[in-house]
Parts: sequence; structure tokens; C-alpha cells
Amino acid sequence: MADAPKIEVSRRGFLKGAGVTAASTVIESAKAFGREANSALQSVPTVGPGPLPIKLHINGEEHIVTVEPRYTLAETLRDNLGLTGTKVVCDRGSCSACTVWIDKVPALACMTLSVDAVGREITTIEGLSHGDTMHPVQAAFVKHDAMQCGFCTPGMVMSCAALLERNPNPSLADVKHAVSGNLCRCGTYPKVFAATLDVAQHRVASGLVTLSAGREA
Amino acid sequence: MNKFAFVDCKTVDEALGQLGDGATVKAGGIDLLDLMKDDIVFPAKLVNIRNVDSLRGITVSADGLQLGPLSTLSEIADHPEIQRSYSALSDAAGHAATPQVRNMATLGGNIMQRPRCWYFRSTDVDCKKKGGGSDECHAQAGENQYHAIMNNSTCAMVHPSSTAVPLLGMDAQVELTSKRGKRMVLMSNFYVPPEKSVINETVVQPGELITGIFVPAPAPGTRSAYQKYGEKESFDWPIADAGVVLVMDGALCRKASVVLGVAAPTPIRSKAAEAVLTGKTIDEATARAAGKAAMQDATPLSQNGYKVQLFQTAIYRTVLLAAGQMQRDPSAIG
Ligand SMILES: Cc1cc2nc3c(=O)[nH]c(=O)nc-3n(C[C@H](O)[C@H](O)[C@H](O)COP(=O)(O)OP(=O)(O)OC[C@H]3O[C@@H](n4cnc5c(N)ncnc54)[C@H](O)[C@@H]3O)c2cc1C
Ligand code: FES
Ligand code: FES
Repeated sequence: MADAPKIEVSRRGFLKGAGVTAASTVIESAKAFGREANSALQSVPTVGPGPLPIKLHINGEEHIVTVEPRYTLAETLRDNLGLTGTKVVCDRGSCSACTVWIDKVPALACMTLSVDAVGREITTIEGLSHGDTMHPVQAAFVKHDAMQCGFCTPGMVMSCAALLERNPNPSLADVKHAVSGNLCRCGTYPKVFAATLDVAQHRVASGLVTLSAGREA
Repeated sequence: MNKFAFVDCKTVDEALGQLGDGATVKAGGIDLLDLMKDDIVFPAKLVNIRNVDSLRGITVSADGLQLGPLSTLSEIADHPEIQRSYSALSDAAGHAATPQVRNMATLGGNIMQRPRCWYFRSTDVDCKKKGGGSDECHAQAGENQYHAIMNNSTCAMVHPSSTAVPLLGMDAQVELTSKRGKRMVLMSNFYVPPEKSVINETVVQPGELITGIFVPAPAPGTRSAYQKYGEKESFDWPIADAGVVLVMDGALCRKASVVLGVAAPTPIRSKAAEAVLTGKTIDEATARAAGKAAMQDATPLSQNGYKVQLFQTAIYRTVLLAAGQMQRDPSAIG
């Protein structure tokens, strides 16, 4: 396909609007992004189609990455930042393998533009654990052997952990509902349900669960 | 995806100023990115309205329900007053797509999404919806198991919006704003049948933004329900969905709206089913008769005759659910 016609970016307007120092053209906050004081019609700065630097808040850290507006958050996470825990399977919003939290809410990285994630708080699977200490949901997945090929697992964990943040005491129906969009072709659902309910019943603490400890009957 | 420029707007005026010259509105981006990844549309510029605060928010008053077009499907599904007084709408929003999609998808984008017809969504196929050279609807003689069973002679696509079904049944209005001003469009006039335009599914013109959706307050005694059927139980696109709004006086039905989604190229009200219910006591027999009446003019294609039976059952069960005579159907999606 032909590239879109080149669109003029007013660098001055952009800098002013983004509220950053002249040394940097990084877009860094949703509020500042695109805002001009008393902006009238047409005065909003346009970015792209070429690459531009943006600042993303991921797992409590700031990252400056150079992206084209067409790069999805999944691509930026995996290809630019090496955060390959977020998986891409369908790239069309229909499998939830790429689930991350955006402002604490489960969302699809494959259907989010990176430029649209500026100023939001992004949490990926890498952000759930603390060093070698797993998040309780991760530990419970190990304990219950809730994965086979593991490709859906990061997305599954993000959905289950988000559920427990909202509702620390979910029913089986609540867990089923929370992962109703997460496709697992290996059919691990029963163990995913058991693992999540186990965390809710406080039987799994955070921390590394050794395989032998996890394999009790 | 093609390369495009991106402009993030904070106000309706900013967004209106950016429209034109190959620019496309982006809300949640779920349908738009899907179409762009498949090379069905390739806008030169995306006008991001997701951060326009004035397009957000849900207000319930004595006049009715005012929905900002950026309300997400999750916000609508979880809203206690919508659940109480406009339950078909919260049900439709809550049973569309997946939890993650519902967290991102907006109401405006949901009623504006493009059809799922696989001929339309394939770059390999030239179809008249895409304005190409072809004068054919490939679904008519092709793979048509999910296509329209009514009004399908020009183009057999179905509009997939789940929320449009209750919005039509509740006589909602859509506020459209352009640089020239505002206009209100009744939901019953919002979708354009293929006989009128095979390219555009809605009356929304280039340069217009949906800036509000208004649902008038229900009359006393109003009860509503929505149910959606698909191939999978967990989440799926509808292959039949029904929305029913009844104004009840005891067991007697004073007024009925029966809306069918994915039966025809646009969501449609079944006047025949409504006539069966109006002035009658709602029971199993009237509910079944309504389902039959709704399907009397069906013209199924080679592979979708099964949808006729499915719709009869969907309407029958949704009428009883609306009347409070049945629990949610466990075989419906959700
Ligand atoms: C796996 C999956 C399953 C799904 N199942 C269902 C389902 O069961 N039922 C259902 O209804 N949907 C379903 N969907 C579709 C989904 O709900 C829609 O794609 C979504 O609601 C679109 O909203 P959006 O905000 O993301 O729109 P966008 O993608 O941002 O926009 C869609 C279109 O609307 C236009 N637009 C958006 N907002 C405005 C506005 N305010 N004014 C003017 N134009 C506007 C855009 O220009 C674009 O053309 C499913 C999607 C997926 C991925
Ligand atoms: S990869 Fe994002 S939903 Fe499938
Ligand atoms: S473990 Fe293989 S897809 Fe879920």
C-alpha cells in the first residue's frame, strides 16, 4: 500500500503543546499531548506518519521509545523494549493473549496504538513479579500446573490477577467470566480456575513455589 | 497497517477541525485497527477522540439516559441504573465481545463498526460494498451461513452491533455534530439499508461526529431484555440476537418493541411480532406466536435456514425474559 501523504508537523507548536523543554521532543503525558493553550480549530499538532519519540510508563518505569503512530503497544513492548512476556497470537483482538493492564484495567496491547498509550500506566506480565518473587497468581499457576504450551498464560494471568484486584473473593462463575476472552487451545481452563480460586482462598502466598512443593496431590 | 498521521484531540471543536482529507475518527480503535490491519481501510490521518472529556459520561435523569459516545461497553454493562431501568442495554453491552474488548470499545464506535461479512473483510474479494468494480454480493451464492435471512436481495451483510438492538427498541436518538451544527437522528433512521446505499451503513456524513446518545425515560411498567446466541458459549459474534421492550399493565402488554439483530443488513423492528404481543397477556403461546410472526417474511439463503429457527426461539425466550416469566437462557452467550 502507498504511504500516506506526508503531513507537516509544526515543531514549535508541538513543543509548546507537549510542555517539554526544547532539548526534548518526547511526548510524555496524555494531558499535554496535543494540547495548545486556547487552541482553536485546526491548531492541534499532528504527529507522524514518520517515527517520533514518546514516553511510556511501563511497570513503574519510564521508557522513551521511537515509534511510528501505526506501531501497536504489543509491537513496542516486544520489539522495542524486549518485554516479550506479552504474547501476540491473533493480532486482531480475539484471543486476549496480549492482555496488559492500562490504568489497571485489562486491555489488548495488539489493539492499542503506542501513541495512544502515552500518559497511561501500563502493567505487563513482567510487572507482576518482583525480581524472583512471583505474584501469587503466577505461583498458583505453577502449583496447579495451569499451563501446557504456555502461550496463552501471560494473558490468562493478567486477567486473573486483575479480577482478584477488583474482587478478592470471586466465585467460579466470576473467574470464568474474567477469562471468557482468553483463548487456550491446550484447554487449561479447569486448572486456571482452580489456581485463581486457590489464591482467593489465601492458600498461595507470593514467592517462588518450588515444583516439588507445587506438586502435592 | 498503512502509515498514518495521528492527532490527539481534547475537544469536539479540535476534532471537527481535523476531520476531512482522508482523516478518520478513532475512538477505542477496536474496529478501526482491525480494518486497517486487513487493508480494508487506510486513512491518511487518525483523529483520536478518546481523550475528549466532554464525550465521556453517563447521566440518568427524569428525561432519560444520556450516554457520552466514549462510554465503554464495560461502563454501560456495569452501570446500576442502566441495569435497573434499561436492562436490555446493559445486557447487550455486557454480552458483546470479550471483557478486554468491552474495556476498550466505545458505544459510538460500536454502533459505527463495519460489517463482519468475510467477503467485505477480504482484500482478495472485490465486493460492491467496497465500491469496487464488482456488482455482485458474493454471499448470495457463496458461503452465507452467518448472513442475513431478511431483506437480503441487494447485499446480505448483517450489522453486528449488539448495542444497536436495544437502542432501536428504546427509541434512542443519536446526536451528530459537524462544523455546521447539530442534528438528532432517531435510531430507526440511523442505519441505511443497502437498497439506499450499499457503501454506507449509517447516515453519519464525513465531517460528522457522534456527540451523544439519548434514550428517553421508559414509561411506567416498562421491562426489557436482550439475549444473544452464537456458536460458542463464552464469547462470540451473534448469529441471532433479540431485544424486547414491553410496557406491561399487570400481565397485559400495552406496547411492545421487538428488535432483531443480525437478521437483516440493519437491526430491524418486527412490526408483525409487536402486533402479536400488543394488547395480549404474555404467556408461552403469545411469545411463541411472536417468534413465528417475526420470521414470516424470512428469505434465508442456501446455508442459513437454521437462523430462522434460532430467531424464533430467541424471540420467544427474550419475550418471556422481558415479561419476567423466564430466567436468562443458559444457552445464550454470556
Ligand atoms: C473478538 C471480538 C468480538 C466482538 N464481538 C462483538 C459482539 O458480540 N457485539 C458487538 O456489538 N461487537 C462486537 N465486537 C466489536 C466491537 O464491539 C467493536 O469493534 C467496538 O465496539 C468498536 O468500538 P471502538 O470504540 O473500538 O470503535 P473504533 O474502532 O474506534 O471506531 C469504529 C468506527 O466508528 C467510527 N467512530 C467511532 N466513534 C465515533 C464517533 N463518536 N463519531 C463518529 N464516528 C465514530 C470510527 O471512525 C470507525 O469507523 C467484537 C470485537 C472483537 C475484537
Ligand atoms: S493477540 Fe491481541 S487479542 Fe489476540
Ligand atoms: S497453554 Fe497452550 S494455549 Fe493455553
